[in-house]
Amino acid sequence: MTTAVKEKKPFNFSKWIRSRKGQQVLICVGFTIIPLLLLLIFTYVPFGKMVQFSFYRMKYTTPVDKRQFVGLRNYSDVFSRSDCFGALKLSLYYIAGALIQLVLALFLATILSFKVKGGNIFKGFMFFPYLISGIAIGFIFKFFYTRGFVFDTILSWCGFNPDSLPYWLKDTRINNWSLVATSVWRYMGQMMVLFIGAIMSVDAELYEAADLDGANKLQQFKHIILPSIKTIVTLNIILSITGSLSAFEPPFVITNGGNGTGTYFVIMNRIAHTSQKVGLACAMAVVLLVIILVCAGLQQLFFKYVFRDAESEDESYSAKRARLKAEKVAQKAQKGGN
Amino acid sequence: MSTMTTKSGRTVSVGAIIWNVLKYVILVFFSLVAVVPIITCVITAFKSKEEYQATSVMTLPKSFLNFDNFVTAFTTANMGRAFINSVIVMICVLLVSMIIGTQLAYVLDRFKFPGNGLIRSMFLIASLLPAVAMQVTVFNIMSFFGFVNNLYGYIIMSCGTDVISIYIYIQFMENISNSLDESAIVDGASYWTIYWKIILPLLRPAIVTSCILKGVGVYNEYYAAQLYLQRKEIRTMAISLYTFVGPMGSQYNLICAGVIISLLPALIVFILCQKQIYSGITAGAVKG
Repeated sequence: MTTAVKEKKPFNFSKWIRSRKGQQVLICVGFTIIPLLLLLIFTYVPFGKMVQFSFYRMKYTTPVDKRQFVGLRNYSDVFSRSDCFGALKLSLYYIAGALIQLVLALFLATILSFKVKGGNIFKGFMFFPYLISGIAIGFIFKFFYTRGFVFDTILSWCGFNPDSLPYWLKDTRINNWSLVATSVWRYMGQMMVLFIGAIMSVDAELYEAADLDGANKLQQFKHIILPSIKTIVTLNIILSITGSLSAFEPPFVITNGGNGTGTYFVIMNRIAHTSQKVGLACAMAVVLLVIILVCAGLQQLFFKYVFRDAESEDESYSAKRARLKAEKVAQKAQKGGN
Repeated sequence: MSTMTTKSGRTVSVGAIIWNVLKYVILVFFSLVAVVPIITCVITAFKSKEEYQATSVMTLPKSFLNFDNFVTAFTTANMGRAFINSVIVMICVLLVSMIIGTQLAYVLDRFKFPGNGLIRSMFLIASLLPAVAMQVTVFNIMSFFGFVNNLYGYIIMSCGTDVISIYIYIQFMENISNSLDESAIVDGASYWTIYWKIILPLLRPAIVTSCILKGVGVYNEYYAAQLYLQRKEIRTMAISLYTFVGPMGSQYNLICAGVIISLLPALIVFILCQKQIYSGITAGAVKG
C-alpha cells in the first residue's frame, strides 16, 4: 500500500490524498498498521526466532556471536530425551478428561435447556469456576487434595477408610487423574454454557411438536438436539485434542510438574526458563506447533467434506431437515404407542 | 441411567416422576462438585490459626465475623496495589484492543485491497498457536525492548496477542449493512466519520462481548504475568497470591483468605452481568 502512495506521487499528491481513492488508501493503511505491527512483533517475529533458535545451543543471555549452531541435534533430543517426548503421553489423560468433560457438559446442558426450577442458579454454580484465575485454582486444589483435608474428609463421610486412600497429588498411579479432574472442574461449565447456547438456538416449536406427538426426552435429544449442534460438538472434540496436547496450567500451578505430572509444556517451560536451554525448548515448541497446525488443517478438511451442507449458509435447510427428523420421531413414537 | 428412566416413562408416569427427581439430584450433585472446593476455602478463611490447626477442614469456623485472615492476607500480599495494577492493565488493554480491533475489522470487511486475505489468514494462524509455546521467544522480544518487569510493556504485549476479539468484530461487521456506509458517502462523510459515527456505535454488542472475554482473560492471566511481572509493586491480582508460595506455604487459613479476596471481583462482576457473560462465551466460541 505504501508503494502505491509513492507511485502516484508524480501526480499532484496533495490533491490525490484528498480524493476518495486517496482517502481509502489512507484509512486502510492507518487502520491496519498498528494491529499488523503488533501481530508481527508478538507472533510472527517470535515464531521466526523460534525456528531459528531451534538449531542453536544457547541461553537467553548468550550474545549472538557465541551461539553454537548444532543443526538438528535439538530435534533429535526432543524425540530421544525421555522427559520431552514421554511427556506427550500425558496428553492422553487430558484427552480422556476432555472427552468426559464434553459428554458431561452435553448431558447437563440438555437437562438445563428444558424447564428446570432454579436452572439459572445451577448453571451459575457450575459455570463460576471458569472465572477463577489459574493460581487461585492451584491453591484451592492443593488444599482440596492434601492428605486428610477436604477430599479425604468427604470420602470418609462416604464410608471410605481414610488410611486406604492414596496421596492424590503424589501417587503416580492417580495424580494425573487428579489434575485432569481440576481441568474438567474448571472448564466443564464453560462448555456447558456453550452447548446451552447452541441448543437454545434450535426452534422451540420443534420441541413442542415432538412433545405433542409423544416423543420422549431421549428421542428428542437424539433427533432434534444432536443434529442441530453436531457442528459445535465436533469442533469442540477437535479443539479438545489440540487443547490436551498443550495442557499446561493444572500441573504448572498445582504440582509444578513433580511426581510424573509434567506435561509437555510444563517440561518445555522448565527447560526454557529454568535450565535456560532455549534451543531445545524452541525445538520442542516447533514440534508441537507443527502437530497442532496439522490437526487444524485436518479439521478444516474434515469440515469441508463432512459438513458441506451445514456449512452452506442456508439456515432453513438444516432447520427443515431437523423438522423432518422430528416428524419421523413423532411418527415412530406414535407407532410405538399404538 | 437416563435411558432406563426415559424408556419406561413415555407419558406422565412413574418413570417421568423418577426422571424429574433424578434430574434435580444430578444437578445438585454437580453444583456441589463445582462449589464445595470454594466453600471449604471460605470456611477455612474465617478460622484463626489455632482453630485451623485443631479442627477438621470441614467444621464450620467459630465465627464468620473473624476477618483477621483477610486483613493479613490483603496487607502481606499487597493486594490493594495488585488490584489497582490489574485495573490499569485491564482498562488499557480493553481500550486499545477495542480501538484497533474495530478499526481493523472495519477495513478488512469494507475495502478490497491486496493483502486483505493474507492479513485475515495471518490472524487465523496466529489464533492457533498456543500462548505458552510462543512465550519461549516472546520473552526474547520482551527483553529486547526492555519490557520485562514493566507494566506498560506487559500491557503492550497483552494487546498484541489479542486475536479472538478481532474475529468477533469481523463476524459482527459482516452483519452490518453496507447501505448505511454508502448513503453516508453520498452525503459526503469521510471514512473516519463513517467508522466513528456509524460503525463503532453499531458494533457495541460485539464490543461488550469481546470486552467480557478479554477482561476475564486479562484479569486471570497467570503464566505471562508471572513471567513478566516479577517485581512486587507491579504484580497483578492474579499473581499477588504468589507471595504465599514460599514462607507461608502451609498456612492455609491465610492462603484461603487471599484466594477468596482475589476471586471476589470476578464473583461480583459475574453476579451483575451474568447474561452478557454467557452470551459472550457463546459468541466467542463460534469463531471456528
